Amino acid sequence: MSDVQKNTAPGGQSRKNRLLTFHILRYNPQDPDSKPHMQSYQVEEAEGMTLFLALTEIREHQDPTLQYDFVCRAGICGSCSMLINGRPGLACRTLTHNLDPDITLAPLPVFELIGDLSVNTGKWMRGMSERLETWVHTKEQELDLSKMEERMDPDLAESIYELDRCVECGSCVAACGTAQMRNDFVGAVGMNKIARFKLDSRDTRSDDDFYELVGDDTGVFGCMSLLGCQDVCPKELPLQTQIAFLRRKMISAGLKR
Amino acid sequence: MSNDTLIIQAGLSDKPRKSKWPARLDLAQSASGLFLALFMWLHMFFVASICLGEDVMWTVTKFFEGYYFFGTAYPRLVSVVVGVVIVIFVTHALLAVRKFPISYKQYKTYHAHMKSMRHEDTTLWMWQVYTGFAMFFLASAHLYQMFVWPQEIGPYGSADRMWSDMLWPFYLVLLLCVEFHGGIGLYRLAVKWCWPNATRDFLKKLKWATTGFFLIIGFATLFAYMKLGYEHRANYGEPYVPTSISQSIEGTYK
Ligand code: HEM
Ligand code: SF4
Ligand code: FES
Repeated sequence: MSDVQKNTAPGGQSRKNRLLTFHILRYNPQDPDSKPHMQSYQVEEAEGMTLFLALTEIREHQDPTLQYDFVCRAGICGSCSMLINGRPGLACRTLTHNLDPDITLAPLPVFELIGDLSVNTGKWMRGMSERLETWVHTKEQELDLSKMEERMDPDLAESIYELDRCVECGSCVAACGTAQMRNDFVGAVGMNKIARFKLDSRDTRSDDDFYELVGDDTGVFGCMSLLGCQDVCPKELPLQTQIAFLRRKMISAGLKR
Repeated sequence: MSNDTLIIQAGLSDKPRKSKWPARLDLAQSASGLFLALFMWLHMFFVASICLGEDVMWTVTKFFEGYYFFGTAYPRLVSVVVGVVIVIFVTHALLAVRKFPISYKQYKTYHAHMKSMRHEDTTLWMWQVYTGFAMFFLASAHLYQMFVWPQEIGPYGSADRMWSDMLWPFYLVLLLCVEFHGGIGLYRLAVKWCWPNATRDFLKKLKWATTGFFLIIGFATLFAYMKLGYEHRANYGEPYVPTSISQSIEGTYK
């Protein structure tokens, strides 16, 4: 609010935009001479500026070597997550207006660093998907493509859709103290996937099958309920309740063994 | 060598199916933590009886020694309860220590993450580790003492321990550790298993309120024992004789 008032000073003509200073953690793992260091850039704030726009400004006018990822610029693809003032978030959905003029940007931890702010979340997510088999498992012999698909209850479809909103941005993994310490931990994104396929009536897997995937300390029992995941997820997925739900199911599956 | 040993040694213990043990251990960790935290609440009310006067605390002590059931006080009964608590305490420590940062690298990583995130639940966990670690030593010492010398629990015995034996700094640190650790632990249990229809915000407020409540009682109690111990310092070691009860009891008690 106070910014708006400042911008439209009495008289109205002289709009003074804030000068933003970006402190960006730079490192190029391909270059043997590169050392991790902070580099600062100054950008004049513009109306409705997002971090994406500011970074583009820097790359186009100040430093073409700066690396960062963007695809959709609308919070859909999940590729632009980074540490914004120390916390994970989507750069394309973050308005500079809501931040102090001194802004620190760093790449997401845990994931393989490509360079500067660009990390390979795709590789990690693929590994997670393969490990947790995040696809609908049907009994192969019963699959008859000429038959109509079973109908799904709209409420069920709705609740699956709710969990399917995950864009695999990796923020939850980067916000997780457990994932930081133990790199074989599946993270909230993985547990949310399991919860999603557990709901799916087309998936024939039982709780016992899911226990094979997440029934140990690299899975749901490794979660220490720090809930950084829940608090940073840009899609506001109900990660806490999903993990608790999965934990209870996996405890009863485990006790029955 | 047993066949099981060989199978585990070959890294095949999860084949063809995963072990049921991680589920059991996770549940046991929470259950032991829950037991200890609730026990510590009750424990606080019993020791705080000193705030209501020496006679009240004496009565509580004698109650646990079975005096009102058997007509004679058996301090060994207290040892039995302490023994059960020791078993659960050791179980909990053994299970919870699995979660500790176990190398300098892990510790440094978590610490940097915590500072950068500035996220309350993440920070509270680090405090749970610090206080848990401290209790390895502090709670063990306390439990050992109560197990071996239960007859020394009483208005004067406990007060002398605080003042003349100079244990009040020890109990002050232990009090802070227990209240913070247990409070954070109960909050974590609620979010971990999902307390129905309670928001995290509410649970967090409840957590701080209970921690504050027990700390206030705890400080008042500690102070009461210190004061009593100070006043009783000249007669260190002498047991308490309740005002209203006659000589006949003194005989059985001594
Ligand atoms: C040597 C003593 C102790 C150690 C080393 C210890 C350590 C820990 C640690 C590291 C955790 C976190 C576990 C996790 O994040 O999954 C924890 C949880 C907990 N602790 Fe302790 N603790 C000790 C004693 C106690 C005592 C005396 C109480 C009771 C006041 C207590 C109550 C709890 C509770 C309720 C939890 C939550 C359980 C859970 O998350 O499953 N602990 N403890
Ligand atoms: S659960 Fe949320 S934070 Fe985690 S990857 Fe999906 S969208 Fe990102
Ligand atoms: S660029 Fe697609 S989510 Fe930000």
